[in-house]
Amino acid sequence: MPPTYSDESRELAFQEAIDSDRTVEPRDWMPERYRSTMIRQIAQHAHSEIIGMQPEGNWITRAPSLRRKAILLAKVQDEAGHGLYLYAAAETLGVERRELTDLLLAGRQKYSSIFNYPTLTWADVGAIGWLVDGAAITNQLALTKTSYGPYARAMVRICREESFHQRQGFELLAELSRGTEAQHEMAQDAVNRWWWPALMMFGPPDAESPNTAQSMAWKIKRVSNDDLRQRFVDMTVPQARALGLDLPDPELGWNETRGHYDFGPIDWEEFREVVGGHGPCNLQRISVRRAADEEGAWVREAARAWEGRQQGRMSAA
Amino acid sequence: MSESDDWPLWEVFLRGRRGLAHQHVGSLHAPDPELALQNARDLYTRRGEGISIWVVRSTEVHASDPDDQGPLFDPPADKAYRHPTFYRVPEDLQL
Repeated sequence: MPPTYSDESRELAFQEAIDSDRTVEPRDWMPERYRSTMIRQIAQHAHSEIIGMQPEGNWITRAPSLRRKAILLAKVQDEAGHGLYLYAAAETLGVERRELTDLLLAGRQKYSSIFNYPTLTWADVGAIGWLVDGAAITNQLALTKTSYGPYARAMVRICREESFHQRQGFELLAELSRGTEAQHEMAQDAVNRWWWPALMMFGPPDAESPNTAQSMAWKIKRVSNDDLRQRFVDMTVPQARALGLDLPDPELGWNETRGHYDFGPIDWEEFREVVGGHGPCNLQRISVRRAADEEGAWVREAARAWEGRQQGRMSAA
Repeated sequence: MSESDDWPLWEVFLRGRRGLAHQHVGSLHAPDPELALQNARDLYTRRGEGISIWVVRSTEVHASDPDDQGPLFDPPADKAYRHPTFYRVPEDLQL
């Protein structure tokens, strides 16, 4: 008879495997809490990609040139693709995409709070590409080393595809910044509105992030919220200078002893409000997603009916 | 005709090491999934090529038509803006 293992000894072996940097693959034994944490995190990430299509999609019909329109279409199309990679990664853990979609539509799973802010002007498309995608890339680069194999591989693919997202945003803002006075002001206004929400994308400070310790121990998370945020700030300040735009933080400045940029306090009250469902666009985002799901139902039904008829034809032949 | 000719064909996928995705390495004949895995181990992993095997019935693999190659795969050719090198940004910035 093969030896039987207690969950406790299995958990020890699991932790040892993680400690020696082994990836976890779908068929491996894993603690239930690792599985549920992973499902929640990947689902939340997938939902963010899908909901994230809305703020920018809002500008596709109003892009100022064919070139910009083609770029924006390609970018929003990428977000859809990234959502699908991620749902597929979550499905390797034994959930179905439909369940996850239902949880999102019922408001029982979250997406990144950044997508609850409105895109008021064309410059917002640039600010999202530069700051929001810049922050997302910083976070996702760290996740290419996450312990769950299918998630890590999806991240590699996504990061490779996403590098143009940030550059197109930077280029768009650079053009506006060097344009007319009104264009420059529009770019500055967009940066003023997106800077702080972008910093919030990394999540609450480490000291107030209850799940961080376990996620770090399981190497789901490889770099802490505060370290990622710092990395992003250090990278972005010189870019803002090159753009000729100001970041809206009077306390922002180089700290010689730390070797990093200092920045001012983040309004976590606002973060909690938006995460809690009271951001400017929470209701709109979910209702648009719900409408898309309902209005697309007949397509899914028709595809299934067609498939059924083909099957019937094949067995009749 | 020997009996093994009746055995269905299986496509074999190997994971080289942990962290990598399974990749197609070839095919073989076997009467059932269990023997397909066994045969795949003998045939494709004699030199430590893999640490995990997937086998899939070849008839379950649906492939694109080689004649459609142009219409399917040419469209991205004129979409250079999907690549980061399309955008001019200062070289010394981490973008």
